[in-house]
Amino acid sequence: MRNLIDIKELSVNEISELIKVAKDIMQNPEKYSEKCKHKKLATLFFEPSTRTRLSFEAAMLELGGSVIGFSLASSSSTSKGESVSDTIRTVGCYSDIIAMRHPKEGAPLVASMKSTVPIINAGDGGHNHPTQTLTDLLTISCEKGRLENLTIGLCGDLKFGRTIHSLITAMVRYKNIKFVLISPDELKIPEYLKEEVLEKNNIEYIETNDIEEYMDKLDILYMTRVQKERFFNEEDYIRLKDYYILNKEKLEKAKSDLCIMHPLPRVNEISTEVDDDPRACYFKQVRYGKYIRMALILKLLEIE
Amino acid sequence: MNIDSIKNGIVIDHIQAKKGMEIYELLELAKLDCSVAIITNAKSKKMGKKDIIKIDKNINLDFDILGYIDSNITINIIKNDIRVAKYHVQLPDEIVNVVKCKNPRCITSIEQELDQVFVLTDREKKIYRCKYCETSKEEIEND
Repeated sequence: MRNLIDIKELSVNEISELIKVAKDIMQNPEKYSEKCKHKKLATLFFEPSTRTRLSFEAAMLELGGSVIGFSLASSSSTSKGESVSDTIRTVGCYSDIIAMRHPKEGAPLVASMKSTVPIINAGDGGHNHPTQTLTDLLTISCEKGRLENLTIGLCGDLKFGRTIHSLITAMVRYKNIKFVLISPDELKIPEYLKEEVLEKNNIEYIETNDIEEYMDKLDILYMTRVQKERFFNEEDYIRLKDYYILNKEKLEKAKSDLCIMHPLPRVNEISTEVDDDPRACYFKQVRYGKYIRMALILKLLEIE
Repeated sequence: MNIDSIKNGIVIDHIQAKKGMEIYELLELAKLDCSVAIITNAKSKKMGKKDIIKIDKNINLDFDILGYIDSNITINIIKNDIRVAKYHVQLPDEIVNVVKCKNPRCITSIEQELDQVFVLTDREKKIYRCKYCETSKEEIEND
């Protein structure tokens, strides 16, 4: 039985296969509309996340399956003190596959050690969010037509942003990838990522505070939100939350085929005036997220 | 200073000076009913100073703990006054319930009865990461 806890568990070939299936679903949705008939997905969201939960639920419904679950820890037995291990063993009796979000890092791994059905990590604190990474990879593949030969700008909270960490980890496996890491000094990517991922794989990268400095070089600009929930100190959050605001003016030197991405939800970091720019891909990205989750559910349930 | 030699037992040698007590505690040697000697700052040609632990009994040792604390340690098994075996410890691939994850965001902070597992991710730099949250001991201390 397979789980998806960390994007590193998937080989480049498996990712290519998932992308291929997702693209086929986009082309031929009716072919897949009953693939998961009589199968149940449990969405266990111990931390609120409307977007990811709805994406999983929509994915399962479009495959003809059904969905059970909860969207707040307070509405589960956790509020009575039940452990993750016990909750998972119970839910496994009612469902065929589980998508789980939890505020504690490593909780989905613990779940997968006890579960009798496949577990998908739908985000564990500031740690991993592999289906967001798969979404990003499908978006890049569809919008740029390739996952190689790209200069990727990552902007915002590079310290706590799990999306960023997973995307870097996933992209270093492709040829000729360069990163421009744009962040305030306090939110630079962790040293271990530089040493153990970027440098170990001989990946070219530049660190800068200035969002416009390398704008003309970028194929992809990935914006992120400074997340309040990752800060223990509110003052730091207030000081850093509006550090970058992408607007039309800042995009003046950008390539005409730049792909602007964002895992959403957005707060102020992309001005709404950018939304109508054909280079803005963040709402398309949401749609791609549903298709790649459909492909993943099929893979983990071993449905052809 | 002289410490009696042992007839049957174990000598843990080449311990980095001042680390002897830490090893004594981690191996829970206080629970033994035999003689245990900790020699600190013993002269060493190779190391300058070293610690040595002598245990007057043949017991099962956790080599993983020793390897994690100090991979230069050697273990000598003594039987009838003769050294019958000498082992060099190595950095273990995984250590269980030796180090506690201090990341307040880690699942180990709330899930009871979960083993504290650290996995070796960089042998050269001796970096161990929590199996669950992937945080290294050093990162939490510097956070």
